[in-house]
Amino acid sequence: MFTIFGVPSAALFGQLLLGLINGSFYAILSLGLAVIFGLLNIINFTHGAQYMMGAFVAWMSLTYLGIGYWWALLLAPIVVGAFGVLLERVLIRRLYDLDHLYGLLLTFGLALIIQGLFRNQYGVSGLPYGIPRELTGGQNLGFMFLPNYRGWVIVASLIVCLFTWFVIETTKLGAYLRAATENPTLVQAFGVNVPLLITLTYGFGVGLAALAGVLAAPIYSVNPNMGADLIIVVFAVVVIGGMGSILGSVITGFGLGLVEGLTKVFYPEASATVIFVIMVLVLLVKPAGLFGRTA
Amino acid sequence: MLESATAPVSARHAAAPGKAPLLAVRDLEAWYGESHVLHGVTFDVGEGEVVTLLGRNGAGKTTTLKSIIGIMGRRKGSIAYDGTETIGLASRNIARLGIGYVPEERGIFASLSVYENLTLPPQIKPGGMPVDQIYELFPNLKERSGSQGTKLSGGEQQMLAIGRILRTGAKLLLLDEPTEGLAPVIVQQIGRTIERLKSEGYTIILVEQNFRFAQTVADRHYVVEQGRVIDMIPNAELDANIDKLHGYLGV
Ligand SMILES: Nc1ncnc2c1ncn2[C@@H]1O[C@H](COP(=O)(O)OP(=O)(O)O)[C@@H](O)[C@H]1O
Ligand SMILES: [Mg+2]
Repeated sequence: MFTIFGVPSAALFGQLLLGLINGSFYAILSLGLAVIFGLLNIINFTHGAQYMMGAFVAWMSLTYLGIGYWWALLLAPIVVGAFGVLLERVLIRRLYDLDHLYGLLLTFGLALIIQGLFRNQYGVSGLPYGIPRELTGGQNLGFMFLPNYRGWVIVASLIVCLFTWFVIETTKLGAYLRAATENPTLVQAFGVNVPLLITLTYGFGVGLAALAGVLAAPIYSVNPNMGADLIIVVFAVVVIGGMGSILGSVITGFGLGLVEGLTKVFYPEASATVIFVIMVLVLLVKPAGLFGRTA
Repeated sequence: MLESATAPVSARHAAAPGKAPLLAVRDLEAWYGESHVLHGVTFDVGEGEVVTLLGRNGAGKTTTLKSIIGIMGRRKGSIAYDGTETIGLASRNIARLGIGYVPEERGIFASLSVYENLTLPPQIKPGGMPVDQIYELFPNLKERSGSQGTKLSGGEQQMLAIGRILRTGAKLLLLDEPTEGLAPVIVQQIGRTIERLKSEGYTIILVEQNFRFAQTVADRHYVVEQGRVIDMIPNAELDANIDKLHGYLGV
């Protein structure tokens, strides 16, 4: 055991690990928000509720149907993503011609309704969801102990983020998405079904939130409020990274998770607020965010 | 031959007689919000023709092209393409009938490479130009295929905007001021391109301010003023009508 700046190394690495875990969730969630904001110009305040729904789909599949974690990783994004597609088709679509504020009010209201419904049904005490058998236990890395499941969450979210980035930056579908983000009218005038692209993009962003929810279920208890608490921080991450920047949201997500972890070690009193302090500073110096493009 | 469903038009708005026009625009009106800018535009374009829309700034030329491709919020009247009424269709379905659009502002995407810009519009009909042939037409695009689209010069962006609709198999091309602000040598290159496209059977509507350039490529000229087509001048008669045209254009 050694110390760094007077802090025991195990404590430091432990907090850094925790920071990376939180950063993993920040990254996936802010990535989904960025993709949605880019194309739909809507700040999806329902994102936290959709993350919570992902965790609940995992819990319900296990409890009522006996479907385990690995299938839930696939099932929850599909189910919650389909719910997102429905929301976009039935409600959100009507607001594209109106001020941003309406989209914000609608998605915020939806979040309250969804969370309220789940609270009525399941209470707020939280439901347990076990770590899948394959990922119990952990590794002794010499300088610290790494629980397997936490290592998996970090790797999985990195893969999901990189895969999403790869699809957007290098595929034809990604080119449609980038082009439609810039000028939907022209893309449509080339014969592309932009309304469908918008629906699928929203469904995909929502699916990402649900996937994060499943990843979170074994770490945090499954709870109707789990998204509401997290999403406030994620919005700060998005603002710091720059609205609509794909890579920016991923890097900022992981980076801020680490910063938060470090703060817990060196100045724990500030750990709950450090991200918001950074947000204020970034807004003062670079209002478009660290990776944002000023239009 | 079947009787055309569209109303008869006065001879000065008609394409070559005896043949149904590829595009027939009748009493087209269009609005930006509350502002009524087209007040009954009527003209025809025959298959394989190059026609221009000439007129002062703000006459309604761009709005006419936007109405044809279907990106004006509100429009009424009739626009028939190859016998299909398009006035009620969404722009993506109009494009899919075989119409390619080059907007006045060119519309090159900054977040796409030159190659991605070139291959973005989906193929809508068979018989589009292969990318190799487009590169032959515009060698600059090949050299810079990996660059960001908006890093190209103005002339190269115009070539990209034209090149990308040649891939799609569109047969009617709407070109909105393709020579605007470009150096004379590039204007000539675009002129040669238009001639070549014409010889390959494309039908082209060309919006131009520069009627000297228009004269080198077009079969007929429609004069647009205050949201209406007010005259048609065959290219052969342009010189004889030059004073009248100067009057229309205010030059
Ligand atoms: N986006 C717009 N919103 C409101 N009015 C517009 C818009 N674009 C053009 N106009 C008006 O519509 C009329 C026709 O414009 P336009 O078709 O662009 O003319 P042209 O292409 O012949 O120069 C002009 O009076 C112009 O001011
Ligand atoms: Mg114009």
